Amino acid sequence: MTIIKMTAAEVARKVIDNQPLFILDVRNHDAYVDWKIEGHNFEYLNIPYFELLDGVDNVLSKLPIDQDVLVVCAKEGSSIMVAEMIAEAGRDVFYLEGGMKSWSSYLEPIKVGDLRGGGELYQFVRLGKGCLSYMVISEGEAAIIDAVRFTDVFTNFAKQKNVDIKHVFDTHLHADHISGGRLIAEATGATYYLPQKDAEEVVFDYTAIEDALTVKIGAAQINVSALYSPGHTIGSTSFIIDGKYLLSGDILFIDSIGRPDLAGLAEDWVGDLRETLNVRYRELTEELIVLPSHFMKIDELNTDGTVAKRLGDLFAENHGLNIESEDAFRHIVTDHLPPQPNAYQQIRQVNMGKITPNYDEQTEMEIGPNRCAVR
Amino acid sequence: MDSTKVLDVKGMSCPMPIVRTKKEMDTLSSGDILEVHATDQGALADMPAWANAAGHTIIKQKEDAEVLTFFIQKG
Repeated sequence: MTIIKMTAAEVARKVIDNQPLFILDVRNHDAYVDWKIEGHNFEYLNIPYFELLDGVDNVLSKLPIDQDVLVVCAKEGSSIMVAEMIAEAGRDVFYLEGGMKSWSSYLEPIKVGDLRGGGELYQFVRLGKGCLSYMVISEGEAAIIDAVRFTDVFTNFAKQKNVDIKHVFDTHLHADHISGGRLIAEATGATYYLPQKDAEEVVFDYTAIEDALTVKIGAAQINVSALYSPGHTIGSTSFIIDGKYLLSGDILFIDSIGRPDLAGLAEDWVGDLRETLNVRYRELTEELIVLPSHFMKIDELNTDGTVAKRLGDLFAENHGLNIESEDAFRHIVTDHLPPQPNAYQQIRQVNMGKITPNYDEQTEMEIGPNRCAVR
Repeated sequence: MDSTKVLDVKGMSCPMPIVRTKKEMDTLSSGDILEVHATDQGALADMPAWANAAGHTIIKQKEDAEVLTFFIQKG
């Protein structure tokens, strides 16, 4: 029988549409446990390719015949080898084109909602890494917030929508992924903004984001307004779009809150984090729809694939917003932190412009989940 | 270190470094040492995991100028 290529985009569709898929992950056990393709209806079997060099006879009986079987590895070579062996044994089987590297890179643009005067807000969901980027569009113009490094996806999308990218923001200096913001701004002539307090070591020119800075986008003059909200980093800034959406960066997620330690100052910033969540965000209307810059678990996706929830609902349900005592809060966000994201110190250096790794090196740095939250 | 045999898999990408190493290992006797030179960074995690699963022992490994060298003793 035959082996068939499946692209990351096709896998993403299966995740969003709740379709079933059986994944035979042939990476080594540690890599699989650390990070895998998450789907609501996916089943998994992890057998490293190097345990299948003498044949796949033992595996065949474990593969379902009534659903698609996708073989996955780091880059794709081993998955093709294993898929060929399975096909030789008489089964149809898929392999993931480009492996986990391409899964980590894939972005799915999904419309979050309409804005005044024909404006639109899009969320770019990077399923493999849990990163979320945003584009605000109103006739003629666009603003981008927290772009990941696949700049073509954003510039092509803007072309398709017939808008000029005017403003590019990063909510903070990212530690889990490489920002595409500066390069998009360079390529389009847009203004690139960073919070000054996060940018003390950056080696390029940028425009500082001041608290309450507001830019207006396109024909409908959609407001994009900055709200200083420190805690994940000292400069972390949220954005309110059209009075309707709260882009919370890495401060507030759907089921968790930002960790304060990735720039090395957990103890200093824990107070800022609590104040942002319990004072600054409490002053906002509960009707705002929160749009974070990450998700951690596939359960945080809505049925349309977006990651979004009413602020009032988060006040009621989010673990990090329901810790009564300051001591308990301090304890949770400083003592029980998950492992740091892969290569996070190098990634910060890249985002400061201090080092310029090539494409493959950047891919390598970004392997694994984002790990920006604490629960 | 006295290697029984040296295998050069530089420039090869996954899964070939392990495929070739296994093939070579099958020709050796228990206690022999195979020295493998690889450039695929995936080998860093996979070679020890494979050796462990196959009952071999990595008695030494080093990395210089992007070349990974493994000394693997057959089990």
